[in-house]
Amino acid sequence: MHLAVYLPLVMPLLAAAAARPLAGRLPPVAATWLLAGSAVALAAASSAVLGLLTLTALIRIPLVGAAGEMSMQVISRRDPASVPVAVAAGVLLAAAAAGACRALWHRTAALIAAGRQARRLPGAGQVVVIDDEAADAYTLPGWPCRIVVTAGMMRALSHPERQVLLAHERAHASAFHYLFTTAARLAAAANPLLRPVATAVGYTVERWADEHAAAVAGDRRLAARAIATAARAATAAPPRRAEPAAALAAVTRPRGMRGAGPVPRRVAALLSPPPPPRLLLLATAVLLVAAAGASALEAARDLNGLLEFARAVGTS
Amino acid sequence: MHTVMRDEAGQPGDAAAARRAAGELEAGVLAVLQAAGRPLPPGEVRERVGGGLAYTTVVTILSRLHAKGLLQRRKAGRAYEYAPVADEPGLAARRMARVLDGEANREAVLARFVSGLSSADEDLLRRMLGDPPGPDGGR
Repeated sequence: MHLAVYLPLVMPLLAAAAARPLAGRLPPVAATWLLAGSAVALAAASSAVLGLLTLTALIRIPLVGAAGEMSMQVISRRDPASVPVAVAAGVLLAAAAAGACRALWHRTAALIAAGRQARRLPGAGQVVVIDDEAADAYTLPGWPCRIVVTAGMMRALSHPERQVLLAHERAHASAFHYLFTTAARLAAAANPLLRPVATAVGYTVERWADEHAAAVAGDRRLAARAIATAARAATAAPPRRAEPAAALAAVTRPRGMRGAGPVPRRVAALLSPPPPPRLLLLATAVLLVAAAGASALEAARDLNGLLEFARAVGTS
Repeated sequence: MHTVMRDEAGQPGDAAAARRAAGELEAGVLAVLQAAGRPLPPGEVRERVGGGLAYTTVVTILSRLHAKGLLQRRKAGRAYEYAPVADEPGLAARRMARVLDGEANREAVLARFVSGLSSADEDLLRRMLGDPPGPDGGR
């Protein structure tokens, strides 16, 4: 097995570094599909390569080799991968499988709980206003999704700003954004190197909904202002058990937009013209991910060839 | 009284009922009381919930929901009668907060419109939108 087998293991590092810049430069719909798709493809490719490397260690065990009627001479002469590498791969693969199963379990439970809650909310309409002074608004995934807005948030916004908020949340609901974020999170659970990619997907679905809301309102500046007003209201009257993002972000003083939180970045994006398609950048990213997938397939074919040869020698 | 004793002896249904998560049971009991439209004693709640729940289990769930402020109760003879607290949307909010707070994935599952702002983010927003400094003075 040649060095290309390690490409799917290295690619997640590149993806992690590129995720945030890509999320900022590409149009949000393309960025969401690209990043979520890459996360899933790279998690699958890296796990597959770990599996192949583990397999090369297993077939060196004489008992396994004998059971498969393979020639040990052929296997050890071809030296597919060193034993320490294969053992490390096996450990990583087990960790990846455990992480993915755990995340799948938790995420499924949370989605079921949310879906059940979405069905139980009072009223028949998609939007539910709840009598809560905290300023909060979110889409509850479900079948169908429900949009929850607190009375505190409604009061904080002007009428046109409310239309922006509702258009934003409707975009989440109708495009099933939780499927993208869930897929990316599961990929990141299998391969923790992909965590920045999953975070970037969380940002791009917000941008997707922002662009949709701006298009519905026909006013990018109004959309930007609605987000800023809502964020200020949420800071002044925070929802219970809100994430301590404010406390955390206050420690790292941003210089320009580099260290800025998601809200200022979304507002800045809306104050600029809509992002251009950037097809070349998109194509390059897709090609790199495809290369990782192809090299995982190539490695699988390689190992298969070796096994068949070993078996042919072993049975002859 | 007969009911109580038979249930405490342990019925085959108990094992199955115990497997159902406590949260699910609470939600079921709440739904029954909301659908009833009048205060119910534990015995009637137990019949309507179904699933072979023990009388004592139903009483425990009812008192737990009462302690959480989700149910109101009044003395009726020797037992209590339970009813949901009046405000439906408020109840929905509390129930939702309870269900979702228990989940590690809460933030990931909800697509929240905005997160809170750090003071640096607030400054940044003010500069971008050309707003005057806030009462605490923009640094």
